[in-house]
Amino acid sequence: MTADSPSSHALIEVNGLSASYGHVAALKPVDLRVEEGEFVTVLGPNGAGKTTLLRAISRLIGSSGRITFRGRNISALPTHHLAKLGIIMVQEGRGLFGEMTVRENLLLGAYGIGNSNDEMERRFEQVFKLFPKLREREGQVAASMSGGEQQMLAVGRALMAGPKLLMLDEPSLGLAPKVAAGILDTLGELNRNGLGILLVEQKAPLALKLARRVYVLSSGSVRAELPAHEIKSHHDLARFYFH
Amino acid sequence: MRSNRIMTLRASISTRTGGYGYVAIGGGVLLAALFAFVFIKGGYLLTVMQLAMIYGVFCIGLNFFMGYTGQASFGQNAFAAIGGYGTAILCVEYGWEPVLALLASMAIAGVASIVVGYPTLRLRGHYLAMATFALGLITYDLSVQWTSLTKGYMGYAGIPPLGIGPFTVEDERMKLVCLMVLLLIGLWISGRLRNSRFGRALRAISTSEPGAAALGIRIPQYKLAAFIIAALYASAAGSLFAHVVGFISPEVFGLQMVVVTFTMLYVGGIGTVLGPAIGAVVASLLPEIVRSTGRFQDIAYALVLLVLLIYVPKGLSALSALGRPRAAEPGTTG
Repeated sequence: MTADSPSSHALIEVNGLSASYGHVAALKPVDLRVEEGEFVTVLGPNGAGKTTLLRAISRLIGSSGRITFRGRNISALPTHHLAKLGIIMVQEGRGLFGEMTVRENLLLGAYGIGNSNDEMERRFEQVFKLFPKLREREGQVAASMSGGEQQMLAVGRALMAGPKLLMLDEPSLGLAPKVAAGILDTLGELNRNGLGILLVEQKAPLALKLARRVYVLSSGSVRAELPAHEIKSHHDLARFYFH
Repeated sequence: MRSNRIMTLRASISTRTGGYGYVAIGGGVLLAALFAFVFIKGGYLLTVMQLAMIYGVFCIGLNFFMGYTGQASFGQNAFAAIGGYGTAILCVEYGWEPVLALLASMAIAGVASIVVGYPTLRLRGHYLAMATFALGLITYDLSVQWTSLTKGYMGYAGIPPLGIGPFTVEDERMKLVCLMVLLLIGLWISGRLRNSRFGRALRAISTSEPGAAALGIRIPQYKLAAFIIAALYASAAGSLFAHVVGFISPEVFGLQMVVVTFTMLYVGGIGTVLGPAIGAVVASLLPEIVRSTGRFQDIAYALVLLVLLIYVPKGLSALSALGRPRAAEPGTTG
């Protein structure tokens, strides 16, 4: 199963990416690509290697294989360098700095732009426009917020970095369906404005509404790659993800 | 209705106390009164308070590395020794001005911290703690064995008091005032840095190194920077000790210093701006307060510390939050 033919330079392209924890291979050689402005979802059951995939791309764990970003080989770059290129990840569990305030978390998101006040304020406004709740909670400690607000903050903080590619690891985890839908709607809006998104999710119905292409991961390998609208026609996948 | 009244009352308290709780203001008044009492009474307590100020400077630096950045170091006494011996040797042997000797010793400690920190800070957790512990032990051994430089157990005597040019601070009360000003400057720098881009990066590392790296923060460089700052403060504290007491020996910068400063940091509140200073004052005065228990003094001291650590685990500075109105009610959705 293959999707639409790719352009010459993808936003990000992963070839033969593999990673292991000790002797256990968590990610067998995986190929994946996200085009400019594309919304791609990775589906898979628990333990499929979804989180490992994002962590390997972010260089948070050791891996082998080739990763190119807009045609540039970034396989050997450290994590902090990827953030400067615009590859930003929202980690599972949000990865917020709980003792810090909302404003401090957002400021850390914009760490890469230094002390440029005008640009900082512009990005604050952009985030507050998407998540007005964060403006109300600006002085509040992140750990004291609700799950939904924390997820808004996690996405908002990622946006403060001015991402070219936003990778999200199960942003709907632990959220009420309505709140999760709200977060995913916002991601859809960001994508329509041209942001490339690589989303790892278990809640397939929500994620598939937004995605253009889907990768199905199982036991560390890509089992299928197909346009999102086709997944319902594959009875085995549909049964697994929609029932 | 009732909760509205409570909120209004809280807002009123906030306005009247400038955003601080009554406990914080009470604590500040108590510390000022204590300082005034010691200043007026003089005598032995004056010396205790002077040492508390010096330890406070040391702990502010240690707080950068252990509190803000969340790393473990059992070897900061090594940099205090560099400060102490650097000052002693430069002043006594070469007749340097105390301030210049202090600054030169800080520079030496800074370079030493880069040399030591660059390879050591690749380690994490317990391994880093053990490596820094070894650093402290090596420095202690050097100060004992390298007698041609340090005079070994004999120590260095005749170190001149603090001063610039013809002005020297020889009066014990003025020494205390000088030390307190230096401590306040140290606290001001610490507070400014904590809330800067640099400080936020350190605190992010403390919470999650992968999370910080994912935002573009260069973890090794920031850890090294925090280590260097801690070394500079420790060196300054070592130099101040030498100038205030006039004598140093290896025991001053031994394992006891590590234990005492850890106690101060945790009693005051690790990771907070004021915690190191509060901890230094409280942990220095506590032995004097429990002295009346005679041969049970050590037990009484340990018991008070235990009670503090159990009931105020975030340190005494955390008490300042009591009576402070909340900025906003926590969210309830999702």
